[in-house]
Amino acid sequence: MDTVRRNNVTVTGNPQGRPVVLAHGFGCDQNMWRLTVPALAEDYRVVLFDYVGSGRSEPSAFQEDRYSSLDGYAGDVVEVCEALDLRDAVFVGHSVSAMTGVLAAGTAPERIGALVMVAPSPRYIDDDGYRGGFSADDIDELLASLEANYLGWSAAMAPLIMGNAERPELGEELKNSFCATDPEMARVFARTTFLSDSRDDLKQVAVPTLVLECSQDVIAPREVGAFVHRAIPGSTLVTLDATGHCPHLSAPEATNEAILKFLAALR
Amino acid sequence: MCRTGRQPDPHEAGDEKAADAAFAALLEDSAEDLYESAPCGYLSTLMDGTIAKINTTLLNWLGLERQTVVGRMRFTDLLTVGGKLYHETHFAPLLRMQDEISGIALEIKQDGGGRIPVLVSSVIKYGSMGEPLLIRTTIFDARDRRAYEEELLRGRKAAEEARKQAEADRARLQDALAVLQQSLLPDTLPQVPGVETSAYYHTASPDRLGGDFYDVFPVDGKRFAFFLGDVCGKGPEAAALTSLTRYTLRAAALHDPEPVSALTTLNKVLHERYSGSGDPRYCTAVFGTLEAGPATGQTTVRLASGGHPPALVLRADGTADYLPTPGGLLVGVLPEARFTTAATVLSPGDTLLLYTDGLTEARTGKDRTSLYGDDGLLAFATSHAGTPPHAVVQALTGLLDSFGDGLDDDTALLALGVPASHP
Repeated sequence: MDTVRRNNVTVTGNPQGRPVVLAHGFGCDQNMWRLTVPALAEDYRVVLFDYVGSGRSEPSAFQEDRYSSLDGYAGDVVEVCEALDLRDAVFVGHSVSAMTGVLAAGTAPERIGALVMVAPSPRYIDDDGYRGGFSADDIDELLASLEANYLGWSAAMAPLIMGNAERPELGEELKNSFCATDPEMARVFARTTFLSDSRDDLKQVAVPTLVLECSQDVIAPREVGAFVHRAIPGSTLVTLDATGHCPHLSAPEATNEAILKFLAALR
Repeated sequence: MCRTGRQPDPHEAGDEKAADAAFAALLEDSAEDLYESAPCGYLSTLMDGTIAKINTTLLNWLGLERQTVVGRMRFTDLLTVGGKLYHETHFAPLLRMQDEISGIALEIKQDGGGRIPVLVSSVIKYGSMGEPLLIRTTIFDARDRRAYEEELLRGRKAAEEARKQAEADRARLQDALAVLQQSLLPDTLPQVPGVETSAYYHTASPDRLGGDFYDVFPVDGKRFAFFLGDVCGKGPEAAALTSLTRYTLRAAALHDPEPVSALTTLNKVLHERYSGSGDPRYCTAVFGTLEAGPATGQTTVRLASGGHPPALVLRADGTADYLPTPGGLLVGVLPEARFTTAATVLSPGDTLLLYTDGLTEARTGKDRTSLYGDDGLLAFATSHAGTPPHAVVQALTGLLDSFGDGLDDDTALLALGVPASHP
């Protein structure tokens, strides 16, 4: 299948600029970057996409076994880069996507020349001598939360996902229509995200890397940011004065400033 | 109300007074009290989630004091860990992007360790310069609703399980039926010296046992017997009748292979078995014998029919005709029954065809209102006269397939022929 359609790829910004790929994390889609794109558009070629199973990606392309490992999502990244024939792109990944970028850069070094990791975590579950912030039970609870919000999803979202064009009033009425995801696919992504362990992959990173963390982030606490920074040789760590896990939404100016500064230094 | 005159209603003035009093009482209800004691939780937070204002209802649900909450806790501190994850990955980003979010199912933690399922809606309040100021949140107790939803989910899962179980049961039942159906028909037909045999059975519905039957078997050193028939009805009762019929005919033929004797024995057995049962059952059948004829390469056929459609004879010279057996009675209806006999000689290239009425009663035509009929079958047989039994059966199988949904009955075919190239 055509990757551009499969991953709902959008290309914007300066066609002559260095490509910057913005990759969303678990829970949403490329809409997450709406406040980042304008800051980059003048100088960079901005590439947005949805992972298969998220946003407006092609639902029929979803295969549970492929997307039960981060390699499947990294495969999406590499295939998007190939489809657009991107070279030396800067990959900006939010949350779990930061790790997907690490894997993709390892597979296709000629495609990805730098990484920006926004609120990254290589492992969410506590382990011997490592504090990720969560226990396996917590993750089960998240899966239950996904399930609890399933009923609302099926009533409101199913007609939209199924392409029910005969009910235009839905478009007007739909709340939470961003980040719409089939709950079954969301469950797979949640499990893959929160049960993954990519700590060993960090050492392999051989490109300039910016680690952006928030001062108050329940999902990726500061010790995790410090861990990622320590594990990636030569990486830069910037702590944003921001609360929550999505600084590109809650503190867009500071986030954009940090990304632009890093990009400028690459030249 | 049905008033005839214009006299004032004696109660009218009093009602007005009462309504006024009710509204006055409402006006005395302060906004503050409404906020604090509303039947839902109210919460205002700074943009970073720090709780700035909270109502008494929500504090009571949480089991917390105002001073430990305001300025000290964030909204996410009230949530379970799974809820926090959901908040950070879904709720907060959506709220930022849409300025509002509604009806999200979460759980709040109570001071004593309990949890209350709630439905949460939030909206961002902006300042005069368009800057986001705070988040207003309402929280509804969803214990009953969540219990109901869980019941629905449980119900759906149970229904899914039941459906899978039913499918498995159905598959098992179909397997069992297929085995039973097979027991009603011979696996293979025996080698009959000087005669080629071919048979076909069309099952109209895979999960309904049919009531057609046929068989070919040796009865003594020089003769083979054959039969083909159709019992009334379908399903398990018909299958039981088919089974009884098949094994009775085989046993009867060993005792006396004369066609009329075999059918007479069957008639007695069926009449005895079913006449007093309140569920009278019967069948139609052709029973016959094959015997090498006086001349080399010839086979003599002698048969009797009990109410069954006539056999067809397809000749080597390209002609075909029915072998009429009129007047034979249904088998099993009356204590004494008359059966009609017929005989013919098959020469090399000749084929005897037996069939059940599923074939002739197949519905044809665009609107499926015409029957294929005896004439149609005779024409078809004539066009295939001179071809060997397996070719005749193959052609008829194709014909049956072409009927599509016009063929709604089981159909049995049995062709017996003398090979044309007989030495």
